[in-house]
Amino acid sequence: MNNGQGAKKHTIAVLVENKFGVLSRVAGLFSARGYNIESLSVGETVDPSVSRMTLVVRGDEVVIEQVGKQLHKLIDVIKVTDLTQENHVERELVLMRVNAEPQHRAEVLRVADIFRAKVIDVTPMTLTLEVTGDESKLAAIVELLRPIGIQELVRTGKVAIARGSKTARRRTEERLGKTPDGAPGRRRREEEGSRDPRIAGFVD
Amino acid sequence: MKMSGARIVLESLKREGVDVVFGLPGGAILPIYDALYDFPGPLRHILVRQEAAAGHAAEGYARISGRVGVCVVTSGPAATNLVTALQDAYMDSMPIVAFTGQVATHMIGNDAFQEADNVGITRPCTKHNFLVKDTRDIARAIKEAFHIAATGRPGPVHVDLPKDILIKQAEFDYPETVHLRSYNPTYDGHPGQIRKAARAIMRARRAVLYVGGGVIASDAAPELRELAELCRLPVTTTLMALGAFASDHALSMGMLGMHGGYAANMAVYNSDCLIAVGARFDDRVTGKIDQFAPQAEIIHVDIDPSSISKSVKVHIPIVGDAKRVLVRLMEDLREEGMGQPTSVVREAREQWLRQVAQWQQKHPMRYDWDDELIKPQYVVEEISNLTRGEAIVVTGVGQHQMWAAQHYRFRHPRHWLTSGGLGTMGYGLPAAMGAQVARPDRLVVLIDGDGSFVMNSQELATVVENQMPIKCVIINNGGHGMVRQWQDVIYGGRFQSIDLSASPDFVKLAEAYGAMGIRASKPNEVVPALEKAFAVPGPVVVDVMVDKDELCLPMVPAGGANKDMIMERPNREAKAKAALAQTGF
Repeated sequence: MNNGQGAKKHTIAVLVENKFGVLSRVAGLFSARGYNIESLSVGETVDPSVSRMTLVVRGDEVVIEQVGKQLHKLIDVIKVTDLTQENHVERELVLMRVNAEPQHRAEVLRVADIFRAKVIDVTPMTLTLEVTGDESKLAAIVELLRPIGIQELVRTGKVAIARGSKTARRRTEERLGKTPDGAPGRRRREEEGSRDPRIAGFVD
Repeated sequence: MKMSGARIVLESLKREGVDVVFGLPGGAILPIYDALYDFPGPLRHILVRQEAAAGHAAEGYARISGRVGVCVVTSGPAATNLVTALQDAYMDSMPIVAFTGQVATHMIGNDAFQEADNVGITRPCTKHNFLVKDTRDIARAIKEAFHIAATGRPGPVHVDLPKDILIKQAEFDYPETVHLRSYNPTYDGHPGQIRKAARAIMRARRAVLYVGGGVIASDAAPELRELAELCRLPVTTTLMALGAFASDHALSMGMLGMHGGYAANMAVYNSDCLIAVGARFDDRVTGKIDQFAPQAEIIHVDIDPSSISKSVKVHIPIVGDAKRVLVRLMEDLREEGMGQPTSVVREAREQWLRQVAQWQQKHPMRYDWDDELIKPQYVVEEISNLTRGEAIVVTGVGQHQMWAAQHYRFRHPRHWLTSGGLGTMGYGLPAAMGAQVARPDRLVVLIDGDGSFVMNSQELATVVENQMPIKCVIINNGGHGMVRQWQDVIYGGRFQSIDLSASPDFVKLAEAYGAMGIRASKPNEVVPALEKAFAVPGPVVVDVMVDKDELCLPMVPAGGANKDMIMERPNREAKAKAALAQTGF
């Protein structure tokens, strides 16, 4: 079943117990099952007992389904969401120290300005930039600055978040006259749910 | 009440209803053994001779008793020895809790004596593991460990205990309940999916029940039988599920897969509806994937969602406990009027059962008799006859294991122990110890190979010391028979590193340990030897010298399709074809 056809990049959000060893459980799972992680970032959430991992994984539908199931099988994993399936925003942060001799300085600053990068350190010969954005934006600025000379570059790995809660989004879409996806039965149930203020946000 | 961490461990075990642990002491775990010295039980400690044996014994105990098996070993080399048993338990879903000692918390990471990164090593081969760093956390960790091991898809849980936290004192307060927000196994199948499955079964004309070890784990054998009889479905079991469905039942087709029966494999291949219950479509079962039940609508009941659609695309997935799902499924079938299928369907089904019976008649499990050489299948057959299928049968790994699976007539669940997923040679003797401790009233017969047996034969000391009346029958073909068979069939007879003619004299070996040893070298000596072994009260080793050229058949070469079974000793063409099948990967 795993024929590698139709392999796509997926951004997966994993909520885990903020406990010792969780990262190695997740990383170990990927190496043991032969899945490839393209990027991984971890951090605490609003609830300090929960961490959120954002994984970027390449695979076809079957592989991604297994990735989700296997992640869920780990005892410390609370929730797995494939953000690629829904409307979401992704960001990555890059820090880079770029050659900025007098003849290039203006050019570097111009590029930084276009990409809304911040200058966070300056020396007579270098500029250190901080830039956030999605993959294509970061790739673009790196390509522009490469000929000038990037001395050092570090990136955080991708973080991603869904746009609004699903119910909030659906309500907005309905107001705009768009039909939400999903089966009619399910929709009705969720609409009833969303009318009950006590369970708003949990119906998904 | 305040007590030492070690005492807390023992008190917690008591609260979990544990009355036996298998173990071997050492430096880091000494506080536990010190606490055992005057612990007012009931807690029996069985001293094994190598740590892997403690793990396998716990596995054997768990599967036969239906309770969680427990083993205790020390740090470093003991923990690494235990790893094989943990992975074995993980693959075969055996609920065990394994405790290891660890160097004191301030020494961890310091390359201390007998230190290893225990939890790091066991992480991929356990369902979950804990490194307890505070005496106050011991009780909760143990409560969670037992809960995780026994619920959902059962499996091994490892608890690593640094020496200092075992010595320090803390208040003992055993938690009554356990709640893990991130762990909530699904037991009840989705009603809509079950209803769908019921309709698919109603429509089916050539349905087959394919049953795995999950049916044993959830004690669903009675429900399985009820379902099979209700819908008149032929049943095939995996290696792990032998005994889940009585092999003398008219609807039983025996085992399927690489060394399965002809009827079972043909029935699955030709079926239009495959009902998989607690089975995981292992490669030894499916053979070439696209030739496994290619025309069937597949229903898969499993408590582990990750087993579903892992290797074979499933049409109707049902996540849930086998027993509960089967009960609900039968309710739905009765509601849907299972009793009254249309006459066309009814006739097609009767035709299907006749077809299965024909396959069974055409190719039953068989072997050629020989007056001079003992055929290994004959030994298993006679063990089956003499015990009337009532014994607990344990095996090692190899040809003897498959012969035992093929020729023993299983009648009850939880009467069969074998290393299925991992295929751990040396599993047999220690697992048999666990079985005998779980069921002291039952006859435990170990059918082992000469290669497998020596991988843990030191446990004869444990067996004799504890007077466990295990009957070890060694199918002695003087070599690694299954490897030899593959080299014969697939590698053109280039035999390499399979000769074990320098094995010890097993009769003398048994006697050296203080057990009885009996040898059978001629076919007419087999029954008297077995009768004698079963009649005497203590442990016995029966060394049966069998025909070393015997092949384990039928056989599907790895990568081949199950329908292309090799039924008899292959000629040159058949061997060439088998060699090619390997490249199908």
